[in-house]
Amino acid sequence: MPEAKALLEVDNATLRFGGLTALDQVSFDIKEGEILGLIGPNGAGKTTCFNAMTCVYQLTSGEIRLDGKSLAGIKRHKITKLGLARTFQNIRLFKAMTVLENVMVGADAHSKVRFVEALFRMPRHRHTEQASLARAKELLELVGITARHDELATNLSYGDQRRLEIARAMATNPKLLCLDEPAAGFNPAEKQRLMELIRKLRDQGVTVLLIEHDMRLVMGVTDRIVVLEFGRKIAEGTPAEIRDNPAVIAAYLGVDEEDAS
Amino acid sequence: MDLGALFGSFDNFLSFTIGGLVFGAIYALIALGYTMVYGVLQLINFAHSEVFMYGTFAVAWTFIFLHGTESATWSLGKALPILLVALLAAMAMSAAIALLLERVAYRPLIKKGAPKLIALISAIGASFALAEAMGLRDRFAGWVGLKDDLEDYVAPGKARDVFSNPVSIQPKGLFEIGGYSVTDVDLVIIVAALLMMVALDQFVRRTRFGRGIRATAQDPESAALMGVNSTRVVQVTFLIGGLMAGAAATLYMMKIGSTRQNAGFILGVKAFTAAVMGGIGNLRGALVGGLVLGVMENWGAAVFGSEWRDVVAFVLLVLILLVRPSGILGESLGKARA
Amino acid sequence: MAGLSSIGRRWDGVVERYNAQPRIVKILAVTVFVVFVYALPLLRPPILTTNATDFGGVMFRVIAFALVALGLNIVIGYAGLLDLGYVGFYAVGAYTTAVLTIEHGSWPFFLVLPVSIGITMLTGVLLGAPTLRVRGDYLAIVTLGFGEIIRITLKNVEWLGASAGIKNIPHPTGIGPAPEPPFEAGGLFEVPRLVWDGFVPSLDNDHKTAFLAFGSSDAIPYYWLILTTLILVLIGDRLIKDSRVGRAWEATREDEDAAELMGVPTFKYKLMAFALGAAIGGLSGSFYASRGSGYISPDSFPLLLSMLFVAAVIVGGSGNRWGAIAGGALVAYLPERFREFADYRMLFFGLALTLLAVWRPEGLLPPRRTRRAKEAEAEIEALEDGELEGAHDA
Repeated sequence: MPEAKALLEVDNATLRFGGLTALDQVSFDIKEGEILGLIGPNGAGKTTCFNAMTCVYQLTSGEIRLDGKSLAGIKRHKITKLGLARTFQNIRLFKAMTVLENVMVGADAHSKVRFVEALFRMPRHRHTEQASLARAKELLELVGITARHDELATNLSYGDQRRLEIARAMATNPKLLCLDEPAAGFNPAEKQRLMELIRKLRDQGVTVLLIEHDMRLVMGVTDRIVVLEFGRKIAEGTPAEIRDNPAVIAAYLGVDEEDAS
Repeated sequence: MDLGALFGSFDNFLSFTIGGLVFGAIYALIALGYTMVYGVLQLINFAHSEVFMYGTFAVAWTFIFLHGTESATWSLGKALPILLVALLAAMAMSAAIALLLERVAYRPLIKKGAPKLIALISAIGASFALAEAMGLRDRFAGWVGLKDDLEDYVAPGKARDVFSNPVSIQPKGLFEIGGYSVTDVDLVIIVAALLMMVALDQFVRRTRFGRGIRATAQDPESAALMGVNSTRVVQVTFLIGGLMAGAAATLYMMKIGSTRQNAGFILGVKAFTAAVMGGIGNLRGALVGGLVLGVMENWGAAVFGSEWRDVVAFVLLVLILLVRPSGILGESLGKARA
Repeated sequence: MAGLSSIGRRWDGVVERYNAQPRIVKILAVTVFVVFVYALPLLRPPILTTNATDFGGVMFRVIAFALVALGLNIVIGYAGLLDLGYVGFYAVGAYTTAVLTIEHGSWPFFLVLPVSIGITMLTGVLLGAPTLRVRGDYLAIVTLGFGEIIRITLKNVEWLGASAGIKNIPHPTGIGPAPEPPFEAGGLFEVPRLVWDGFVPSLDNDHKTAFLAFGSSDAIPYYWLILTTLILVLIGDRLIKDSRVGRAWEATREDEDAAELMGVPTFKYKLMAFALGAAIGGLSGSFYASRGSGYISPDSFPLLLSMLFVAAVIVGGSGNRWGAIAGGALVAYLPERFREFADYRMLFFGLALTLLAVWRPEGLLPPRRTRRAKEAEAEIEALEDGELEGAHDA
């Protein structure tokens, strides 16, 4: 089987904040169509890596490429056009907007409708609105919160809010979906549902990057895993490989490598 | 535009510059109140201008009380005893107004976690109410039946009426720089402002209260967890701002000699400009910002004409915000959050 | 506080019943309402009428302020940008109109109107481009400064009339013959007013309003003109809010960083809100300039007015277009209605603002959604309290 091409290439990414090196020459690829897990103990640099990939931070050196195109200097609001979308560790929904509106904002990312077209309800506006609405409803159905479509985002339960964030990100039609601890605070049943959802997303053609702390979830849903510690990549491989990797075990348990093996 | 007016002669240049420093010192003291409240609460205390204004009235009232209503012109030395009493009175008055504001217009909103916009509206309302109340002081005196007794203090209280200190202070030249004569009044203002800054700086850096203020400014939750009483911290912040404004009011009355119910307004906006220019939340920044603003404003008035004086202040503000938003000295107290 | 939210619920109930009516009924109701509003200054109803001043003039002011509040609501309420210098745009609109119609030109009003709007919009863009990148609180001060810069500049520049202002600003051309005071009222026909004796109305044939002539003494045609404009802007507001533009504004206001990462070009939309708000302010200012008295001066645009506009939007409930209109109307109407208390007006205003902000931060008529959110919170609180009490009992 031909090797799937790399959708995202992290190439010697280094990020320094003043004296702190948050990322130190991290390199890995995310292959198209795979579900990649990014794990590591707290402070390892996972969210920093995420932020670098979504252009929230600019790298000090090294490069990140999406589909061969460098992300250096790209403005934040352009990443969705490139096909990158993300959710947030601490849920950042548009609280005063409804569930449906939140998702529509995502769908608007590719809208070409201009002010005048919207004001005079010209054809492009009407067609785009219809299409966005349809897609939004589809996504709400996919993540399972259709019943709450008219509710304010702030009134949703925690689990529904996380699901809404995923729907909103999916509405931007991404090639690569980055999920930042999507299962935080979930009970086992919800985690199971989340795993199924992630697989369904992949089946729709989306590549998924996942930061998670729950090992069972990561092992269960990902194709490959990258492990960070103190801003450096310490391991990369399949779940089975990572599970038995002494360096990884040491990182999590704080045990010397020699002692662990 | 007349550059010659400013740079033509050294005397002129000095005169405008030192005059600017004098006013700048006053701006700086008022700016402290804005910068501290903003540093701790991320709120623009719009009504701080009235805190200052009430202080100016307190100064005039002190002179009326201790001297009577006859006009007189005294030297600084002669006026000094009453001035010191006036200083205390002004500081007390301004502090009282500041604490009142905190209790009535801000605390309920902070407790409710209301959006900053609403706090601003509350402040705006309080600012209007306070200014108007001063303007209507003779009516209020009438209602409580004290109109005759308090007549000297309340005067014809129609809007925009100027209320003067019966005692004018005659500045006396102390020494010369170049051809310009530096007066005692000017010197006292600049030195007094600097002293108060230093005192405040020490307070914030060395005392328990000061640490509490800085901690709350940087991270209110952690500070609370560490046992810092945030309500108390806020009160102290307002109190200090009030004391500084009272001092500024006294210096202002020394120089200008008269006030009115809306005297606080434009001064307040400029003082806030100074605070932002120096770096919001940064106490030393308030000093630097104030002085820079005072001088630039005077220079601008010299070159472009005095009717453009206020515009200079605003244009400066816009420029600083565009070029260096964190201010000349950068933000401090707690990195004021976006 | 409970009282107000039950009024809110009852209002919601009324709205629901209204929405349930067949279309024809709704159209009829709206038409009747609109006709009533147009006729209001002619009807001069007893309690509403201001006797101390010309009611038509007051109504004009009310609608002018409502229009301004509507524009500012886009800036503050939708996009979340705190603008404390909105009076600047009002002034630019008024002065552009004055300059082009009389001071340095003699263009007809309706030709000047789009130019005035355009220039004000440009001013908004020029002001917004550099300043919308700075933090929200700073934006407030910068816009305040801008408002003052405009006023001071108007006061000092001879070409713009300096302190004396500009007089004899021509009125818009109406329909039918022009008025020729004092005998010819102009217009196609005349409409009488009502005068009331207690609660008994009668036709007042001494005071008639010409349709449609814009003269120097009768404010009612101006009222009709600006009311029509308000209705158009209201419709436009509704259309834009319910589109990707409105969503982009709200997302920017709620969480700018998240919005950007979801593909919203926040700066562009902030600038758009600013420019649109400016345009509406300029529009209202143009009408103000060409009204009956035909006179504007820098003193007509004090900082106080900016504060009043902001208060109007916030008091009405930020983000709610009807609240903004109500707020604007109140702010214009109350001082005129209670002129006897003229001296205490500002004091009451200040106290009212503070009390309102402290007691009811959400505003008088917040967007329905906020009320729903609050009620949901109240329900949850009640449940929790109930559970706690239950636990104690057990």
